[in-house]
Amino acid sequence: MRKKLVVIGAGMASGRMLEQLFETAPDAYDVTLFNAEPRGNYNRLMLSPVLSGEKTYDQIVTHDGGWYAAHGVDCRFGEPVVQIDRKARVVRSNKSAAEYDALVIATGSAPFIIPVAGRDLPGVVTYRDLEDTEAMIAAGIAGKDAVVIGGGLLGLEAAAGMAARGARVTVIHLMGHLMERQLDPAAGYLLERDLERRGIKVHCKGATKAILGHDRAEAVLLEDGTVYPADLVCMAVGIRPETRLAVDAHLEVERGIVVDDALRSSDPHIFALGECVEHRGQLFGLVAPLYDQAKVLAKTLLDQAAEFQPVQTATKLKVTGCDLFSAGDFAEGQGREDIVFRDPGRGIYKRLVLEGDRIIGVVMYGDTSDGSWFYGLMKDKADISDMRETLIFGPAYQGGTTPDPMAAVAALPPEAEICGCNGVCKGTITAAVQAGATTLDLVRARTKASGSCGTCTGLVQQVMALSLGGALVDAPAGMCKCSDHSHEDVRRLIRSLALKSIPAVMQELGWKSAGGCPSCRPALNFYLLAEWPLDYRDDRQSRFVNERNHANIQKDGTYSVVPRMWGGVTTPDELRAIADAADKYNVPMVKVTGGQRIDLLGVRKEDLPHIWADLNAAGLVSGHAYSKGLRTVKTCVGSEFCRFGTQDSTGLGIRLEKLLWGSWTPHKVKLGVSGCPRNCAEATCKDVGVICVDSGYQISVAGAAGMEVKETEALASTPSEDEAVQIITAFVQLYRENARYLDRPYKWVAKVGLDWVKAQIADVENRRALVERFELSQSVYRRDPWAELSTPTETPKWAPLADLTLEAAE
Amino acid sequence: MSAFVDIGALEDVPVQGARVVRTAQGCIAVFRTLDDRVFALEDRCPHKGGPLSEGMVHGDRVTCPLHAWAFDMNTGQAQGADEGAVRTYPVRVRNGRILISAELMARRAA
Repeated sequence: MRKKLVVIGAGMASGRMLEQLFETAPDAYDVTLFNAEPRGNYNRLMLSPVLSGEKTYDQIVTHDGGWYAAHGVDCRFGEPVVQIDRKARVVRSNKSAAEYDALVIATGSAPFIIPVAGRDLPGVVTYRDLEDTEAMIAAGIAGKDAVVIGGGLLGLEAAAGMAARGARVTVIHLMGHLMERQLDPAAGYLLERDLERRGIKVHCKGATKAILGHDRAEAVLLEDGTVYPADLVCMAVGIRPETRLAVDAHLEVERGIVVDDALRSSDPHIFALGECVEHRGQLFGLVAPLYDQAKVLAKTLLDQAAEFQPVQTATKLKVTGCDLFSAGDFAEGQGREDIVFRDPGRGIYKRLVLEGDRIIGVVMYGDTSDGSWFYGLMKDKADISDMRETLIFGPAYQGGTTPDPMAAVAALPPEAEICGCNGVCKGTITAAVQAGATTLDLVRARTKASGSCGTCTGLVQQVMALSLGGALVDAPAGMCKCSDHSHEDVRRLIRSLALKSIPAVMQELGWKSAGGCPSCRPALNFYLLAEWPLDYRDDRQSRFVNERNHANIQKDGTYSVVPRMWGGVTTPDELRAIADAADKYNVPMVKVTGGQRIDLLGVRKEDLPHIWADLNAAGLVSGHAYSKGLRTVKTCVGSEFCRFGTQDSTGLGIRLEKLLWGSWTPHKVKLGVSGCPRNCAEATCKDVGVICVDSGYQISVAGAAGMEVKETEALASTPSEDEAVQIITAFVQLYRENARYLDRPYKWVAKVGLDWVKAQIADVENRRALVERFELSQSVYRRDPWAELSTPTETPKWAPLADLTLEAAE
Repeated sequence: MSAFVDIGALEDVPVQGARVVRTAQGCIAVFRTLDDRVFALEDRCPHKGGPLSEGMVHGDRVTCPLHAWAFDMNTGQAQGADEGAVRTYPVRVRNGRILISAELMARRAA
């Protein structure tokens, strides 16, 4: 008598398993197949072509009713199984029952639904099976707004499919870059760029707070307050193994149904395969290992020895125009080395991770034609030491040239601005070179490029070298070991190529390391936030400790806390609040600073948000005593009390501080305002100093009183306080836009020349534009970080993650 | 095999950042890299005692916030010209939870 085999679930894994079984031993079993979906097996990988309209359901069916009938399978489609009776060896569905000698559970996985308000509204769908796909098509999404939550493989395919049907699609992704499991940030950036070019908006680091709407989904609200309109919301944040039947039957279940190498569960008569299983702690979502499991299980069922050995699989995204390939382990690690190739002009990124002369990981974007070759070398554990030098160029290209550091400049369009001072574009320089201007001086004379502040000299030389076909002479040094571009070039290219993220800069400018270093990351973070105040989101982890923690770290790991005292003026209430805070948090030292405020030294990290909240309650905000930004505006008492005072220096100092506070600058900025030439506020050794005189205000800049001591130099004089404020604001913005990161104003002014600075400020139109750009930036940054970091959600993050000394004591 | 204790969720540690765990053997810095690997190191630079947990994480290295000594988080060895090392501790991630060696629950033997 033939044995009875019952299979729960007609998916791709069980379909392949039955194929193998019937091929080897067509008469071994009588097979009964239960399936909750009212149909047989189709190729789920092809759902996105169905969604986009490139294929129909009939074209993706792999096993239809006829196939099952031909193999004598008793199909019970549309019958969800409700119980496995292990004692009686019977499976019961909502309609019928079947006895088994062997049972295969292949229930697959269920989409994970994030528990946010509004998740049950009509218009919120998942993307997992044909029903989901048909629901999205039936919604008639052409011309409507769709939001996909989840920027993994599935979410992006859903997004591309809906975009192809004419929807306006936004993808919201929790992590810093798309497909973070398969891609590193550089490849993730290129993918994001290509999707945006196809009209799909991508919002990374976005946590969904709620789905809004009355009778149906209307919009998606994120934790950061962003709202995206949404007629359709597709949740594609992940899957979890569908294990309910196995749990109810008391089989061993961890995250998935636990199986051994033969795919046997904890019950010797019950087997499992596919996305519902867990094998040696691992879950499976890609098709290749599932097909391997199918092969092994078919043998197991025929009492042949077989072992399932998961192998690393490669990932490709099925979205037209987004060519990516990922395989293996691409984490950095000890003894691991990277070979990185970037071609910014063609949007290509390739990275091989090597360990002991073997490839262990591959990430590629833009040109993946060599992917399978690398994958083969990786699977075969081939020794690549002989071809290491040229490996990255692929099998067809041994002995290639090194990547071109000038590729980013070569890729610039002719209308890209090279010299900002004189408005000279790349095409003008190229034309001048072709007309015979073969030296830098000639180019300067004919086009004025790099003739003013001179910081674009490096770029002008690169454009010249490209036109002349020769090598670069006297190229400026790269900003760090990760890049050949100088700071100035990087700033200018961020602008002309509209680069708006750290991975974007690293890819387009051909960074030599995979993720930068502590030298370039803080600089890039500043350049990006200064250039794109509205678009760029500050990367806290690319900041040094003091700016990350909004306090100054001390030698013993405690912090100092300095609240702002506008212009050095305080009140009895503020002093009481500071004294109370010093008592409450056992502050070991209270010290008056050189910048006319009070420093609370020795505060423990976990107390920071609490002391900030107490100080906030008294109206005190961060003094930014830790920032590359506006520090203090030191004042004297001025005409309000002093018998020599000529103007209200205190009032002007407070006004300037309230205007400039919170802004980030290349290095720290300190101001001083003195009410008369006796200069009690020591304004003439500050970054910006004002000396009030009877006739108005003398503004001088570029002083220093640190390792170097330097008197300020006169910038301008004006009878009007309003104009003085404008001039100072314009100077600070000019410094923000042009100086190299970590150059104080005196260093920067020495490089570009005070005359150039004067000319920029004297031009009234230019001055007004600088002030406007500063104000735009301040619309984002003029806020108190202490208030933002001492909220109930942020406060716990300042304390230790765990305290094992307490648990040990119990 | 040594036992492990749960100290929190992977999500509680910022990417390219760290959190501190207080133990009877002193503070341990638990780091998370860009690619979600986790390391546990003694939170004390051998140079001047700086808290490595406040350093910048780049690749599988961390740079001390006080005087910029860099350490390989796999081995705890100082990099470049600097000589020294910090202790590393077994740590792993399972089901999105961070587990650290249970030895840290106990006081170090005298």
